[in-house]
Amino acid sequence: MSQVLVSIYRYNPELDSKPRMQSLEVDVPGDRDLMVLDVLELAKAKDPSITYRRSCREGVCGSDGMNINGVNGLACITPLSKAAGPARKLVLRPLPGLPVVRDLVVDLSQFYEQFEKIKPWLINDEPPPAIERLQSPEERAKLDGLYECILCACCTTSCPSFWWNPDKFVGPAGLLQSYRFLADSRDAATTERLAELDDPFSVFRCRGIMNCVSVCPKGLNPTRAIGKIRNMLVEQGT
Amino acid sequence: MSGFRQISFDAIIVGGGGAGMRAALQLSQSGFRTAVLSKVFPTRSHTVSAQGGITCAIASADPEDDWRWHMYDTVKGSDYIGDQDAIEYMCMEGPQTVYELEHMGLPFSRTANGRIYQRPFGGQSKNFGKGGQAARTCAAADRTGHALLHALYQGNLKNDTVFLNEWYVIDLVVNQDGAVSGVTAISIGDGEVCFVAAAATVLATGGAGRIYASTTNALINTGDGVAMCLRAGFPVQDMEMWQFHPTGIHGAGTLVTEGCRGEGGYLINKDGERFMERYAPNAKDLAGRDVVARAMVLEVLEGRGCGERGDHVMLKLDHLGADVLNSKLPGILELSRAFAHVDPIREPIPVVPTCHYMMGGIPTNIHGQALTRNADGGDEAIPGLFAAGEAACVSVHGANRLGGNSLLDLVVFGRAAGKHIDELLRQGMQARQAAPEDMDRALDRLRRLDASSEGENTAALRGELQAVMQLHFGVFRTGEFMREGIAKLEALKPRIENSHLADKSAAFNTARIEALELENLFAVAEATAIAAEGRDESRGAHARDDFRERDDDNWLCHSLYFPEQRKIGKREVNFRPNVVDTFQPKARTY
Repeated sequence: MSQVLVSIYRYNPELDSKPRMQSLEVDVPGDRDLMVLDVLELAKAKDPSITYRRSCREGVCGSDGMNINGVNGLACITPLSKAAGPARKLVLRPLPGLPVVRDLVVDLSQFYEQFEKIKPWLINDEPPPAIERLQSPEERAKLDGLYECILCACCTTSCPSFWWNPDKFVGPAGLLQSYRFLADSRDAATTERLAELDDPFSVFRCRGIMNCVSVCPKGLNPTRAIGKIRNMLVEQGT
Repeated sequence: MSGFRQISFDAIIVGGGGAGMRAALQLSQSGFRTAVLSKVFPTRSHTVSAQGGITCAIASADPEDDWRWHMYDTVKGSDYIGDQDAIEYMCMEGPQTVYELEHMGLPFSRTANGRIYQRPFGGQSKNFGKGGQAARTCAAADRTGHALLHALYQGNLKNDTVFLNEWYVIDLVVNQDGAVSGVTAISIGDGEVCFVAAAATVLATGGAGRIYASTTNALINTGDGVAMCLRAGFPVQDMEMWQFHPTGIHGAGTLVTEGCRGEGGYLINKDGERFMERYAPNAKDLAGRDVVARAMVLEVLEGRGCGERGDHVMLKLDHLGADVLNSKLPGILELSRAFAHVDPIREPIPVVPTCHYMMGGIPTNIHGQALTRNADGGDEAIPGLFAAGEAACVSVHGANRLGGNSLLDLVVFGRAAGKHIDELLRQGMQARQAAPEDMDRALDRLRRLDASSEGENTAALRGELQAVMQLHFGVFRTGEFMREGIAKLEALKPRIENSHLADKSAAFNTARIEALELENLFAVAEATAIAAEGRDESRGAHARDDFRERDDDNWLCHSLYFPEQRKIGKREVNFRPNVVDTFQPKARTY
């Protein structure tokens, strides 16, 4: 056993007039490297009132996005050794820029609204064939790096442009999904999709800061997708 | 229940995984007011973790492929207690259901001619077991569940399904006629308790792998729907049948797909021997999961396990080369690096059989109607109640599920339930009236918790429960040892019933949810334990050291667990498919 010092952002709207940081010593097994979520579960066993979201605990459901020692990431696939470093101190805060519901749980409504705004579904009004729509491996390869998004919100909540205009800038996650459909050979709504993005805010508030790329736990690149949408918008405009 | 808000829909679906969202889609497309109540945002449901694919005979990899061959494999895989009418329906409807998902946008991997890519999976054959290994599992790389779940969520958004996200269902509201008129639920965000009424309630709450200490299942898989049925006094079926997946990562429990072996990977013991050649000379590493899991445990018990403690075996993939692994199994590379600290491109992955799937569940017919037993011992549909997916037992998996059949089960029977409810609503099915006392009963356990002033806390009790199940009801079972396990569960019961919720606050109180989930875990564990002790034979995933043979004279049947008597009975297996001839039971070898 060894000890880790965990500092957790606490806020319960019924009890607290303002947020505070709670410090806890957590005993962790010495023989293997836990994930940050494992440490949180140990902390919650000591103090069941500690609140966070979690589900798959393997980095595919996107529930446990949080700010870990200053960097957005998924608690379940962030190793304690990497996050806490030699000082063995973990600092856990909610994803920045969104209203806090309680402790590490944020209200993701604005994030989901921006996602829904881009019509995240395949549009093709042609009657489908009796089997699948055909798609070549090369066409399908264009969706790699896009469809894998897990909607964890790590990217969007690390984006200063989204902090500034959360109601008008779609944000990196929504735009990555927008390009996922623009790039799909089976989708027939390219013109309409671009028309709906063609304003000063939806896409063009991206300043290329690239926080989204550095924090994406799935290694995706929203900035590149946004660049492609910009190019399509520019080309369509000429 | 005065003061509580009542919300009404035509249909409500409890659970936002593959089965629930497929059922919801069907009803929303028809214009019915449909709500999905999900304790997590829908794309966080456990379907998202499915990796390898969805099996059905779309004849892409093999133009001669036939759904009847898939049916044969599934019946054999079930060790002959899968219902043949349901298996026939699933295998026949499978291709159409998969095409619909593709049309909805699911980004399947592709073959050179543009069709959906299919990979070999365990237990698959051509020509009724006589034509060698088939490749029948439709895949989106090794992220098929993620791709499927997101496509379904997108389809539901498009069709205006109402989502009550982060709502936790407490219990079914059953009226004095034994009909289900809706559910009681908490909105987790603000703690509001509501009665959600509907003409049809669909339980699509998934599995309960968290009854075991070591499981591939998400933390949310707590058997909520099955436990609601048990509390309502309804029987559940084949609860002794739990699948242990051969390749859970040692120490972490996270899954690595059977697709690894489908793509050519294989298991080795500490001597580097490909031991499955001894246990299943034909299918080798692609034998049924129950067969492979038992072989692995035997290797470990006989001293050929790997590692310092000799407690696991290895999955070898490096011979497939970096290109194949990067294109076909990219998610496995990520998981292995994160959870096993190995890079499969260079070294093997340490794996152990890990609790993965609940073959049993709420008995239903192929229309998703939940069944109970009437006074004459026959099946009777419970008015207003439906179930689909892992929570249900229709039963297409019998005593052992084949890989790739889970996603298929979800979408085929989610869709079938949706279609049937659609028909019933068109015929004028109305919500059943509930009296205030019916609603009160469905709030008992919440009130008990909220009034608790002392008792033990959830996490420790849950750990004890999981340890008992892991030890006494694992891959190999014996009667005496199971009876010890049952005694331990009996001792645990009052402690769980008197657990203490210290935090009574309303906003996003996950301690309250976990306490309610613990009761559900216990209910499922108890049903599992009693059913497992009762079935004195070995069949599929249920392997008894004290009854090593399959006993078709006495046990070619489902078990039904009756919660009020805490006893099991038997229910006939359906051997009457509609189109093909019955597949007769025979010895099951791979």
